[in-house]
Amino acid sequence: MRHIISLLMENEAGALSRVAGLFSARGYNIESLTVAPTEDATLSRMTIVTSGSDAVIEQINKQLNKLIDVVSVMDLSEGEHIERELMLVKLRAEGDAREELKRLTDIFRGRILDVTDHTYTIELTGSRVKLDSFIDAIGRELILETVRTGASGIGRGNRILKL
Amino acid sequence: MEMTGAEITIRCLHEEGVEYIFGYPGGAVLHIYDALFQQDKVKHILVRHEQAAVHAADGYARSSDKVGVALVTSGPGLTNAVTGIATAYLDSIPMVVISGQVPTFAIGEDAFQEVDAVGITRPCVKHNFLVKDVKDIAATIKKAFYLANSGRPGPVLVDIPKDISAQKTTFSYPATINIRSYQPPGRGDSQQIMQAVQLLLTAKRPMIYAGGGVVLSGASAQLTELVRLLGAPCTNTLMGLGGFPANDTKFVGMLGMHGTYEANMAMQHCDVLVAIGARFDDRVIGNVEHFAQVPRKIIHIDIDPSSIAKRVKVDVPIVGDLKLVLDELLSVLRAGTQKPDVAGLADWWRQIEEWRVTGGGLRYKNSSEIIKPQFVIETLHRLTGGDAFVTSDVGQHQMWAAQYYKFNHPRRWINSGGLGTMGFGLPAAMGVQLKHPGATVACVTGEGSIQMNIQELSTCKQYHLPIKVLSLNNGYLGMVRQWQEFFHGNRFSESYMDALPDFVKVAEAYGHVGIRIDNPADVEPAMKEAFARKNDLVFMDFRTDPTENVFPMVPGGKGLSEVVLSEDL
Ligand SMILES: Cc1ncc(C[n+]2csc(CCOP(=O)(O)OP(=O)(O)O)c2C)c(N)n1
Repeated sequence: MRHIISLLMENEAGALSRVAGLFSARGYNIESLTVAPTEDATLSRMTIVTSGSDAVIEQINKQLNKLIDVVSVMDLSEGEHIERELMLVKLRAEGDAREELKRLTDIFRGRILDVTDHTYTIELTGSRVKLDSFIDAIGRELILETVRTGASGIGRGNRILKL
Repeated sequence: MEMTGAEITIRCLHEEGVEYIFGYPGGAVLHIYDALFQQDKVKHILVRHEQAAVHAADGYARSSDKVGVALVTSGPGLTNAVTGIATAYLDSIPMVVISGQVPTFAIGEDAFQEVDAVGITRPCVKHNFLVKDVKDIAATIKKAFYLANSGRPGPVLVDIPKDISAQKTTFSYPATINIRSYQPPGRGDSQQIMQAVQLLLTAKRPMIYAGGGVVLSGASAQLTELVRLLGAPCTNTLMGLGGFPANDTKFVGMLGMHGTYEANMAMQHCDVLVAIGARFDDRVIGNVEHFAQVPRKIIHIDIDPSSIAKRVKVDVPIVGDLKLVLDELLSVLRAGTQKPDVAGLADWWRQIEEWRVTGGGLRYKNSSEIIKPQFVIETLHRLTGGDAFVTSDVGQHQMWAAQYYKFNHPRRWINSGGLGTMGFGLPAAMGVQLKHPGATVACVTGEGSIQMNIQELSTCKQYHLPIKVLSLNNGYLGMVRQWQEFFHGNRFSESYMDALPDFVKVAEAYGHVGIRIDNPADVEPAMKEAFARKNDLVFMDFRTDPTENVFPMVPGGKGLSEVVLSEDL
């Protein structure tokens, strides 16, 4: 099953490679991994999207907790949570297609950030599923370039991951 | 007063009560060696290869409860040390390794003798540090010792760039250290402990399976008491030997690939299993699916949550320091009125006796013509009263030492169980001998393994280490040969050791005593002579039966009850 794991870790050189190294050394999947400092500059927050059997996910959580630089770990998928990903996509936008692309972007609540004679660059946030459906709706022929951040996640309501 | 980073490093070792540091100098650690030179509290042991420095620190740690310390230079010094670090990591040995690094301004430029020490060692240390500011040295070393020797122990690397060791700052050693992201477990969950006691008291076929964690946690007395109170059989892993006394009637021997028949069968067929500081690894329970075929309740006590439910499902997990958990478990057990199921236990022990008979016990056919390796170990056991420190290398000799030297005390059996590192035995013995100057230290090795660190005979000479080396020389990489005989149609691909040196002369060349023993009748006299030489390192070159195999054997990937017993007995 797909899991979204959030963790707080020391904002130290090498901390990221400890996490990434753990996943490759033990053969765990990483679908995406995002990381940035938090409002407390000594801490970074990471969101890892992974998948595996319950036993594997349990091991992933334990192994992450075991890393000395990791302060706390939360498997967001175990409760109510919000998942968002940012995508920038550059499209071939010519002739009649321009109107249609703008309409689709509006439907998906995206924003056009950059316009040239031939292209649109669109910003879209949402769940992975939403971003995937946008790409499907556009059709791959028109896509020149996509860049996705990978998911960031946060628990709903009182589910708080803090020091 | 201002001190250099190098002086601070050594002062930190004083503060930690370090007696010995095992190392080898080089460019990046010259300042640190200079600081070492100007003090006499920490004694430096100059090895002949960095791998040996780390193994010696490791042997020192395993035979005591102290942190082993090694010092190596950057680049090749560090890479040579990696095998030693990984060896300590896999067996959870507390150790601090200090490595030199190229100056901070040269890092990343492929400077002379630069390697990414933190990157290379990351997967085989508990934690590592690159010190980038001289002001951080003291706190970093404090953290390193704390991490190495708390929770589940392990090696910690501190990489110090050359310029940092030269810069000056004021020294103050933190009295305590707090790492907010690291809280090693202490006591276990009381509820879980109650549940474990309940389960154990209702068991008809209880089994206690104890590993290296018991030795590391110093919980042997608690384990022994638990076995007595429950009247249950107890087995030890290769790493756990000595954690429970081998001469106790409740001891069913080592389990696993070369464990006794009764230990493996009891492990397979018990109804309640309590695993204590052990991790169900592949060499212990073999095939996981096969193991899971028989229903049993499992209680697993370990300090590392990630060891629990990693390979087998667990019914009652208890995370905590074994000693504290067992103390609590024992007091619950003593306070309760319920007693173990005596009738059930009697049947269970009858069954175990039957297995003992079917399995035939540990046995070999002795010979008056050719030296049997098992006979050498039995003789060693007899002559040392079972009281020696025994280090070993890796191979058949290691298994025979584990099987036939009956360890009654923890920290006497020193071997590389997890990584299986040939070349471990002799340098580890150096660390043990330094920690226990008057004690008998025997290094059981093979002619293959000993040659992986034989240069350390020179270190032994320099520091007058009267280690007794027992080389079971079968002319083969015996364990490899055994697998080739069993699983590869007797095709002995590259497992024959041709052009062996004359080990007596080798020993003598290094300034030691060498004895070659060809006849079974000479085994005991030679050993007596060797042990009588209290101040000499004696290298015993036993020419043993090249065709001897280790039995019983659970072939790789098989289940515990699919054991191969000695065929010709
Ligand atoms: C560094 C290293 N290389 C290779 C091996 C694989 N290996 C395991 S046992 C063994 C043979 C050991 O031979 P020897 O030391 O003569 O002992 P014996 O098995 O004959 O008792 C080998 C090569 C290992 N464990 N360690």
